[in-house]
This record gives sequence, C-alpha cells and structure tokens, in this order.
Amino acid sequence: MNEVERTVPATEEGRSLTVRIWRGAQDGEFVSYAVPWRANQTVLDVVTEIQRRIEPALAYRFSCRVGVCGSCAMTVNGKPRWTCRSHVGHVHEDGVLTLEPLRNLPRIKDLVVDMSGFFDKWQQAGGRFSGTATRHDPPAAVDPYSRKRRLADAAIECINCGVCHAACDVVAWKPDYLGPAALNRAWTLVNDERHAGARDTLKRALADGGCCACHTQGGCMAHCPLGLSPTGSIAGLKRLALLEFFKGGR
Amino acid sequence: MGLRSADRHQAYLAFLGHRISGLALAFFLPLHFLVLGLALEGQARLDGLLAFAAMPAVKAAEWALVVLLALHLGLGLRLLAVEFLAWPGARGARLHWIGRAAGFALSVGLVFLWSILRG
Ligand code: HEM
Ligand code: SF4
Ligand code: SF4
Ligand code: FES
Repeated sequence: MNEVERTVPATEEGRSLTVRIWRGAQDGEFVSYAVPWRANQTVLDVVTEIQRRIEPALAYRFSCRVGVCGSCAMTVNGKPRWTCRSHVGHVHEDGVLTLEPLRNLPRIKDLVVDMSGFFDKWQQAGGRFSGTATRHDPPAAVDPYSRKRRLADAAIECINCGVCHAACDVVAWKPDYLGPAALNRAWTLVNDERHAGARDTLKRALADGGCCACHTQGGCMAHCPLGLSPTGSIAGLKRLALLEFFKGGR
Repeated sequence: MGLRSADRHQAYLAFLGHRISGLALAFFLPLHFLVLGLALEGQARLDGLLAFAAMPAVKAAEWALVVLLALHLGLGLRLLAVEFLAWPGARGARLHWIGRAAGFALSVGLVFLWSILRG
C-alpha cells in the first residue's frame, strides 16, 4: 500500500501516535497521520485533531461525544467501537491506530457510512411503536416487575449505533438479514404491553431474514458498548417462533 | 474486510467448531451409509472395506470423526439450551458450556483411543 505521511509536531514529551485512516469510499487507501500522543484522549479526539490541524477534508460523524447519540461508531484496530468512549491508551497497538468505517454498511466517504439501510431494517422488523391511548388517557400502569417488562428493560437502552450490526457475520453473509439491532428492538416491542402492533412486529421478526437466520455467534453481544445482549433477545424471538409453529400460527 | 481473527471470541469459536464438525460429518455420513449398505450386499466387498478401515491412517480419520461428532453434539446441545431455555441472566449465553463440550469431545476421544489400543 503506498501510504502518505502527514504530521502535527509532537508534544513536549515527544511521543507521537500513528493513525492510519481509510480515505475514499468503497475504493480508497489508508493514509497515515502522526499526531501528539497525549495522556488522556479518546479515538474521537484524535480524529478531530487530525481534521482540525492536518486534513480539513476528512469526513467522520459524531455528535454527543459521551456515548449517548450513537453516531461516532467506527472500526478501530479491527473492532467496531464507539470512538467517543474509546480511550486511546486502551485500544492502540504499539502506538498505532487503524481507523476504518463500520463494516456491513455502504461507505460514503472516509469514515462515514450510509446508515439508511440499517434504519430501514428497524422498520422492516416492525420496530415502530403504535399506541392505542390518547393524551386524554391516564399513563399506562406497567408493573416494573412483571416478566415482560423485565425482558424489555434488559434490551431497551440501545442507541442505534450499529456496532452490533458491524460485528455480525450473518449480516455480512446474508445482506437481507435484519440484524441484531433491529431484532433487539423488535423484542422490546413484543414485550411492551402498550404496543398495539405486537402481533405484526412478531410476524415480521419471524419472517425470512428475521431471527431464525441468526447462528448465535454472539458477536453482537461481545461488542455492544452498552453490554446489551441482542443474542439473548433473538433467542427470545426464536422461542416465540417455536411456540407459533406449534400453535400452527405460521 | 473481516473482523480480525485475534478479535474473535469464545462463542465465535464455538460457531466455527460446530460448522466445521457439521460439514465434516455431512461429508462422511454418505460414505458411512455406503459401507453399511455393502454389509447387506456381500461378504467379500465388505471384508475388503473392513480391511481398508483397519489401516492406521483410516483408523486415525475415524477417531477424528468420532471426536468431531462428540464436539458437534456438545456444541449443538449448548445452542439448543441457549436458544430454548431461559437465560440465567441478561448476558448469560452459557459460554462455559463451550469448554464443557470441548472437554466432552476430548474424553470421548480418549475412550475411543483406549479401546483402539486395547485392540
Ligand atoms: C448428534 C446430535 C446432533 C445435534 C444435537 C446437532 C445439532 C445441531 C444444531 C443445533 C445445529 C444448528 C446450528 C446453527 O444454528 O448454526 C446444527 C447444524 C448442523 N449440523 Fe448438526 N447436530 C447433530 C448431528 C449432526 C450430524 C450427524 C450431522 C452430519 C450429517 C450434522 C450436520 C450439521 C450441519 C452440516 C449443520 C450446519 C452447520 C452450520 O449451520 O453452521 N449434525 N446441528
Ligand atoms: S444493541 Fe448495542 S451495539 Fe447494537 S445498536 Fe444498540 S447500542 Fe449499538
Ligand atoms: S448472535 Fe446472531 S445477530 Fe448476534 S452476531 Fe451472532 S449471528 Fe449476528
Ligand atoms: S459521539 Fe455520541 S455516542 Fe459517540
């Protein structure tokens, strides 16, 4: 690979970090940048420093910087991660960071991928909540200790970052597979007693390309930065699939 | 652009073990049935095949297949448990069953080896 070197002067201590960044879209190349290695910096800080001081045309995406919005995920040294919550000290390999866009999604430019297919799959999985109550009704009284509520709670904190989608080999092999995030969402809705479309959500999650395509590799669960378990949610859907099968529902 | 192999985790290794053993079994089973079929057909050809099966390299391959079947069985039972039993916790994917399945396959292999050596 013929790599270009671009540099920012090192800090007083003199240590510098080598950052290899994917430039281009589907076709492209790695470009190497050298930046000061500071005691406390996240991978996102490093990308920002490169964009501000060396490469203004570098495209990347972020918003909250604190692990809330789900927009900054990239492939860091081969693993999908939130860059804003990845401390350089924990993820560098001998002073090198290799940054690529998230796997399993079309690349737009540099570190930015097109997430629209990912969000479309949420809709295909029946991920849209539909209520029956109006603003004139009292709030639903959901027992926080009920079985269904606890199942939904275990999966509800997802912020749509796409890390699990990038970690899943089945998504890579079977492009119409809905993927761990969309199915995890479907699982929360199937367990939400206020959701009027639970039957429809279940039907979609069990359809072709749905939960039954998952091979329980657990990549999603191993990589989710929130420690959620889409693997568990999908296993829950598979159990419902079996029940439906015995009931002759499908 | 795959994830790098060093970043693979236990459950992924279990998947690989299960798939490779499954494919090896699927490849072997037709041959196995062929041999059983021959047993019904005629003594001479079966004897020839049995002599073939007694060759050391063939015995070693048979040993590997038994181990693979035990591994496939063990990992398959884990998958069925993960998918159809309640999970012990939100992230309780019964990962320790992977080691148990491997241990089970290994001990089946040892018993088989012992029975070969004993003749
Ligand atoms: C001994 C009892 C067995 C059990 C408990 C078992 C269980 C399973 C399970 C649960 C799966 C689904 C794996 C997944 O979702 O990825 C599977 C896949 C498979 N099995 Fe078995 N199986 C057994 C015997 C066999 C035999 C004898 C063969 C050979 C003919 C075989 C060949 C396969 C193959 C080729 C796959 C597909 C592998 C994959 O999708 O990765 N299995 N098995
Ligand atoms: S389940 Fe985890 S990894 Fe997947 S999109 Fe949600 S927060 Fe991200
Ligand atoms: S458990 Fe299923 S959805 Fe999650 S990474 Fe594995 S195959 Fe993909
Ligand atoms: S920038 Fe919002 S999650 Fe990383």
